[in-house]
Amino acid sequence: MKSRFIPLLMTFIVFAAMYLFAYSRFSSFGSMRIVGNLLRDNAYWGIAAIGMTFVIISGGIDLSVGSVIAFTGVFCALMIGRNGWEPIPTFIVMLTIGTIFGATMGMLIHYFKIPPFIATLSGLFLARGMAYVLSTDSIRIDHPFYESVSKIVYIFPDKGRFTFAAGAFLIVLFIGIFVAHFTRFGRNVYAVGGNSDAALLLGVPIGRTTVMIYALSSFLATLAGIILSLSKQSGDSTIAVGLELDVIAAVVIGGTLLTGGVGYIIGTFIAVMTLGTIQTYLTLDGSLTPWWIKIVIGVLLFSFVGLQKLLSSRRGLRLFNFGREHNEVQQSA
Amino acid sequence: MTTNPQQMTPLLEVKGLTKTFPSTVALSEVDFTLLAGDVHVLVGENGAGKSTLIKLITGVHRKDAGTILLEGKEIDPRSPRHAQELGISTVYQEVNLIPTLSVAENIFLGRQPLRWGMINMRAVERQAKQLLKDFNVDIDVTRNLSSYSVAIQQIVAIVRGVSLSAKVLILDEPTSSLDHHEVEMLFSVIRSLQARGIGIILITHFLDQVYAIATRITVLRNGKKIGEHLVSELPRVQLITEMLGKELTKDSDEQDENAISKHANSETFLKVNGFARKGTIEPFDLEIRRGEIVGLAGLLGSGRTEVAHLIFGVEQNDKGEAYVNGKPVNIKSPRQAIRHGFALCPEDRKIEGIIGDLSVRENIILALQAKMGWFNYLSRQKQNEFANQMIKALSIATPNAEKPVKELSGGNQQKVILARWLIANPDFLILDEPTRGIDVGAHAEIIQIIKRLANEGKAMLIISSELAEVVEYSDRVMILRDRKKVRELEGNDINENTIMKAIATD
Repeated sequence: MKSRFIPLLMTFIVFAAMYLFAYSRFSSFGSMRIVGNLLRDNAYWGIAAIGMTFVIISGGIDLSVGSVIAFTGVFCALMIGRNGWEPIPTFIVMLTIGTIFGATMGMLIHYFKIPPFIATLSGLFLARGMAYVLSTDSIRIDHPFYESVSKIVYIFPDKGRFTFAAGAFLIVLFIGIFVAHFTRFGRNVYAVGGNSDAALLLGVPIGRTTVMIYALSSFLATLAGIILSLSKQSGDSTIAVGLELDVIAAVVIGGTLLTGGVGYIIGTFIAVMTLGTIQTYLTLDGSLTPWWIKIVIGVLLFSFVGLQKLLSSRRGLRLFNFGREHNEVQQSA
Repeated sequence: MTTNPQQMTPLLEVKGLTKTFPSTVALSEVDFTLLAGDVHVLVGENGAGKSTLIKLITGVHRKDAGTILLEGKEIDPRSPRHAQELGISTVYQEVNLIPTLSVAENIFLGRQPLRWGMINMRAVERQAKQLLKDFNVDIDVTRNLSSYSVAIQQIVAIVRGVSLSAKVLILDEPTSSLDHHEVEMLFSVIRSLQARGIGIILITHFLDQVYAIATRITVLRNGKKIGEHLVSELPRVQLITEMLGKELTKDSDEQDENAISKHANSETFLKVNGFARKGTIEPFDLEIRRGEIVGLAGLLGSGRTEVAHLIFGVEQNDKGEAYVNGKPVNIKSPRQAIRHGFALCPEDRKIEGIIGDLSVRENIILALQAKMGWFNYLSRQKQNEFANQMIKALSIATPNAEKPVKELSGGNQQKVILARWLIANPDFLILDEPTRGIDVGAHAEIIQIIKRLANEGKAMLIISSELAEVVEYSDRVMILRDRKKVRELEGNDINENTIMKAIATD
C-alpha cells in the first residue's frame, strides 16, 4: 500500500460506511432506483467537480463554476425558449463560449500572474452578472428535443431509471480518468501541481497546460449547466449560488490535496456519491432538516484536511509506518 | 584517463568567457576545457564565478564576450532547455523534480512512450527501471520520488538528464546534503558515466571528494581563472593557496607549542563538548572565555555557519552538551539562546537580518523590544535615546534615526544589526561574515568595533572567509574542513600559513 493511496482509501471507507448505514435504515438503498437517482441528481455538479479536480491537482482553484452553470442555463433558455434557436447549435455555441471564458482566466493566471483565487473570483462575478443581465426571471424551455432527451432512459428490472444525465456523468468520469492518467497533458497537470518551478525546468509547457486546465474546468461547468438545463427544462439566473464551494469540498473529500500534485478523479466521483447518499438519506429520514448536509460536509472536510496534514508531515508518515520507505535501496555493485 | 588535451578535440571548450553584471564583473576572460570522460571539478570561494560560468554554459545567463564550443562547433545556449537539447544537462543541489510523481514518471515526464495515443505506463516503468539498473540502482520506480532519500533523487535527476542524450553533465554541489554512504553511491554513478565518455563538470566544496573523484581541477577566484591542474599533480596546500589567493611564506612555518591565548586565565563563558548534528557537523569541542575572540576559519561549505547555528539553537544538536558560566544548559531555540545572553548577526543581512523598510531606530529597537516582551512597550523617548546612543557609538552614517535602513550603505546596515544586538547587552556575540560586501573604510571600522567589544569583556565567535582578518583579531582559531573541526590554533600560532595548512592537511 503506497501512502499516496491512503486518502483515496479513506474516501472509499467513508462512502461505504455512509451507504451501509443508509441501507441499514432504508432497505431501498439496495435498489437500482436509488442508485439511478443518485447518479441522475448529482450528475451536473459531479461533472463540474471532475473539472475542479484537474484545477486543484494543478495547485489552483476555480470559483467560477456555479456562476458558469447559471449563465449556461439562462443562455440556453433564452436562445432556445425565447429566440427559437435549435438546441444542438445552442449547446455548441455555449460550450465554445464557456471554453474561451475558462481559457481567458487561465491566461490571466499564467501570463499576468494573477492568483487563481482572484482571477476566478472575477469570473464568478462576471458570469453571474451576465446571467442576471440576460434575464432575472426563470425562463421555461418547451422544445421537442428536451422532451425526447428526457425519454432517453434505461429502465432496470426493479424500475430503477438510468437517465441521460447519469450516462453523461459516467462518460465524463471515464474520459476524465483517461485524460488524467494516460495523456501527457494529464501528467503535466500533476507535475505543475507538484512543483511548478521544477516542471518548468523539466520542459513542461506550463503556460499551455494552465490555460487548458481552466478551459477544461469551464467547459465541464458549461456541460454541467446544459445537463441541468435539460433536466429542469428551464433557465434561472439564481441557481447554483455557492455551488463552487460544494464542488471544492467534494474534490477535497475525494482525496485531492489542496496543495496540488496529488489527487484522483475517481476519488472525486466517490465523494460526490457520498454527499449524494447523505442528502438522499436526510430527505428520506425527514426528522432532520436537509440542511444537516452542510454540517456533514463541514465535518468531513475538516477530517480530510486534517488527514492530509498528518500524511504530509514526517511524523504522520512514521505514525503510519511509512518512514521505512526511505533508503530502501539495494545496491548490487 | 587521457591526460593530454592536445591529442583530442575537447568535448566542451570555453574561450575568453566574460560576463558583467551592473555592479560587478562576474567572469573575466575565463578559459575552460572539458574532455570526454573527464570529471572536471570547479572550485573557488564565494564570488569566484563558478555559478556564473555554469549559468553561461547552460543558458541561464547570456555571455557578454567569448565563445563556447561543443565538440568543436560554436553554440549559444539561450535557455536551460536549449542547452539540454544541445546535450548539456544540469543537476542542481536542490533536486528539480516533481516530488509527488513516481520515480519512473519523473524520468519520462514530457516524453513518455505512447501507444495508440495513450501513455504506455508499463513501458515507462520498465524503461525507467532499466535505466536505473544500468547504474546499479535497483529501486521500486512506481513509488513517489519524495519517498526516497536525496541521494536517490539526485541519481534519478542524473538518469533523466543523461537519458536525454547528454554529452556534458553538470553537477552543482550534488553532495552537500548527503552522508558518506550516499556520496559513494553517487560517485559510482559518476564513474560509470565517465566510462561512457560523458564529460562531467562538478562543483563541490569538499576537498576530500575532489581528490576522490576528480581527474582535473580548475580554480577560479574573483571571476578569473587562477589555474587548471591534473588532480594527481596538485598538492592540497597549493590548491588552498590558489583558492584563497594567499602565498605560503617559508619563514613562519614553525609553530610554538606553548602558544596560548592571552585570555587563557579569563573566566570561561561558553563551553561545548562533543556538539554534533548528524549530516550537519561532526562532534566538536569549543571553549570561549570572556573578552576572547574566537575565529572560525574554513572554506565555504566547511560547516562554519552550521557551527554558529548549532550553538545559537537555530538547529538542535543531537549529541554533546553545553555549559554557560559552568552551568549545563540545553538551548533549543534562538529565543532561549538570547535569554542566556547570546546574540547572532547572520551572514546574509538582507535575508536574515535587517528589515529594509523600517527606520534605523526601529531596526535597532527590534531585539530589545522582543526581549522585554511586546506588552512592555519602550517609550518613544527611550527608543530615540537608545538609537542615537548607538548611532554615535558605532558612528553609523545616517542623517537621522528615522531613515529607512535600506537607504544606508552595506557597511552601515551591518552596524545597524550590530547595534540591535548591542543594546540588548549580550555576553556572547556570534558574527557570521560581519565584513562581507562592505567597503574598505567600513571594514576597518567594524574590526575596530569587534576589538573594542572584546575589550569590554564580551565573548565573541566570528566567522570569516578573509584569513588576514581572522589573524588580525582572533585570540584563538577553530579550523573546519568538510564539516569537521580539524584544528585549533592559539596565540602566536595564528597566522595565515598555519591556518591554510590546517585546512589542507589531514
